[in-house]
Amino acid sequence: MHTHPLERFWIYLSAGLLVVFAFAVAFSSLVLGIEIPGIEDQAVPAAAAGEYPPNQGWIRELAPGRYEVNMMTRVWTFDPGEIRVPRGSTVTFYLHSADLLHGFRIQGTTVSLMAIPGQVGKVTYTFTTPGEYPFVCHEYCGVGHHLMSGRVIVEGN
Amino acid sequence: MSGVAPYEMRTSEKRLVLWFIGIGFAHLAVGILMGLLQGLQHAGIDLYRVVPLVRHYYQGLSIHGVFNVLVFTTYFIAGFLLFVTGYGLGRPLPGLRLGWVTFWVMTAGLVLVDWALLANKASVLFTSYAPLQAHPAYYVGLVLVVVGTWLLLVIMTQAYLAWRRENPGRRTPLITFGALATIFMWGLASVGIAVQFVGLLIPWSLGLLPGVDPLLSRTLFWFTGHPIVYFWLLPAYISWYFMLPRQVGGRLFSEPLARLAFLLFIPLSLPVGFHHQYLDPGVSVGYKAIHGLLTFAVFMPSMLTAFTVLASVETGGRARGGRGWLGWIGRLPWQDPSVTAQLLAMVLFAFGGISGLVNASFTVNLVVHNTLFVPGHFHLTVGTAVALTFMGVTYWLVPHLTGRRLWSRKAALWQAWLWFFGMTLMSRGMVWAGMLGAPRRTALGSAPYFQPEWTDPLRLAAFGGVLLTVSGVLFFVNLVGTLWGAPRGVTTEVPVAEPVEEGRAMPAFLDRFTPWVTVTAVLVAAAYLPTLYRLFAEMRLTVPGLRPY
Repeated sequence: MHTHPLERFWIYLSAGLLVVFAFAVAFSSLVLGIEIPGIEDQAVPAAAAGEYPPNQGWIRELAPGRYEVNMMTRVWTFDPGEIRVPRGSTVTFYLHSADLLHGFRIQGTTVSLMAIPGQVGKVTYTFTTPGEYPFVCHEYCGVGHHLMSGRVIVEGN
Repeated sequence: MSGVAPYEMRTSEKRLVLWFIGIGFAHLAVGILMGLLQGLQHAGIDLYRVVPLVRHYYQGLSIHGVFNVLVFTTYFIAGFLLFVTGYGLGRPLPGLRLGWVTFWVMTAGLVLVDWALLANKASVLFTSYAPLQAHPAYYVGLVLVVVGTWLLLVIMTQAYLAWRRENPGRRTPLITFGALATIFMWGLASVGIAVQFVGLLIPWSLGLLPGVDPLLSRTLFWFTGHPIVYFWLLPAYISWYFMLPRQVGGRLFSEPLARLAFLLFIPLSLPVGFHHQYLDPGVSVGYKAIHGLLTFAVFMPSMLTAFTVLASVETGGRARGGRGWLGWIGRLPWQDPSVTAQLLAMVLFAFGGISGLVNASFTVNLVVHNTLFVPGHFHLTVGTAVALTFMGVTYWLVPHLTGRRLWSRKAALWQAWLWFFGMTLMSRGMVWAGMLGAPRRTALGSAPYFQPEWTDPLRLAAFGGVLLTVSGVLFFVNLVGTLWGAPRGVTTEVPVAEPVEEGRAMPAFLDRFTPWVTVTAVLVAAAYLPTLYRLFAEMRLTVPGLRPY
């Protein structure tokens, strides 16, 4: 098929750019370790039972500076709505929904996840800077959607 | 020879096209007003208490989304595709009666949708995510609209086959070829929402199913939900490739690559839906990565388009005496509102495409997912590349169909520029607020967590929204004026571009659809079947519906 030389150049250039972008994305995922959720995370937190039932919201300390949060979402609250951890803590969130689709995004971090009834989302983040991090629901869930929020408070030590 | 001889459609056909376009634009008018309310709300001016009929932000937002991207687009496209099919083939449509059946099926559905939305019984936004539940009439209505598009597919296929019988060995005229690629792609793409609405949402909303499986429902939605954007975009491409070059006095730069771009959209539009679900637990990371790569692949035909369309427009500028690297741009007929609207639509589409790559990028998407960055992106694509192009097309199409002159060329020029500047500012504000973490689809003006740094970007977006509304008003006044007030007896040409090199030999697969439809089936099966099989096997219809609006 005949193509104009300039057009051929443009095609190679476009394809080359996309290959570069694809490598950048692969690098960020495989080397930098930026994770997105999959099907592997469907289990509720290990050994969650008794004091820490899988269908309720709670925070537990696994070791100094390591926390697990079982986050329940329902119209229009997060449970727990306030999380206090010391600076430098690594927190693993398990995200559930009791009713509709909800979203979970902690402002100023890379934590962002969908809450889907019947699925469990998992994300881990290390809070290095003290301060208040609001988290919000970012999926429409009815007239009170914009009221659905909470906060992580990272305390300096 | 792939050119098109001037042809006059039958009056009854023209009337059908006009009805489709008119109803589409009537809905866009309401949709734009809803958008203004949203922009002002974000900037702290809440008009929902004083506006009749709309009870709250989210009802308005549902109307905005459904009217603009489901009703306006589908109706305009139905009219436009019928027009270019009939005009391009230069023969009467064999299924004109079916055309009116199509119109009435769609419109019966539309009445149900309109009622449900205006009565606040379907404030679920256009994505209709279960377990958020709407009135059954809303789902039934939308299904009827989709059934209408399938009837359109039947009419267009009939016309195409009849033409091929009458013209053995001839290449399909380009405008018709583009229309066929569009409707065949849509026919394949619409299977997802058909299964979702008929199999899950309608019986569930009627109480016949105990519950719904939210992830399965959402996955089926996005099976259709991404390719639908190419259903909106390809009709604009038909105009950019095959009509606009004529309007600027040029020719189509490359016929084979134009055909290739349209054909590539058939297989590549579909297996990309997971890029809307990157942050969904329950869909495997591997398949998300595959859909991410294929989303980059579907960027290629748009890059081809950028080159071919610009090169075609350039032939026009040079034919009009333009010199030098950029001198041809000034020589383009900027005093023609149809041309200006489409050229400006293309400029913003470049930014729409680039911001789309951000959304499609697997990990980068984390930063912008469900923030205002996303509507900032798609107001450049569907909100400008598509909508402003459709308006530009309307500036010659409605005069052609009615035999009346365009009511005001000056108002039309103002309209195009105002849309361009309004959208530039609005989109910039949204993208900016999104990068600062402002969630989309949220009554931010009432949110307790409103961040002070969102104030400036949201004011900018609101100001852009005001300009867009003024542009919209100018458009609709002009449309009404043309339909009822402008002088009659004026002939308006249908612009159809000829290729630079006419009749050059071309591989046969560039004028056939079957191989491409087959490739699509294989690619979609590879990208989707394992996940869909697992979701169906694990399906639990247990989650009840909720109507908290």
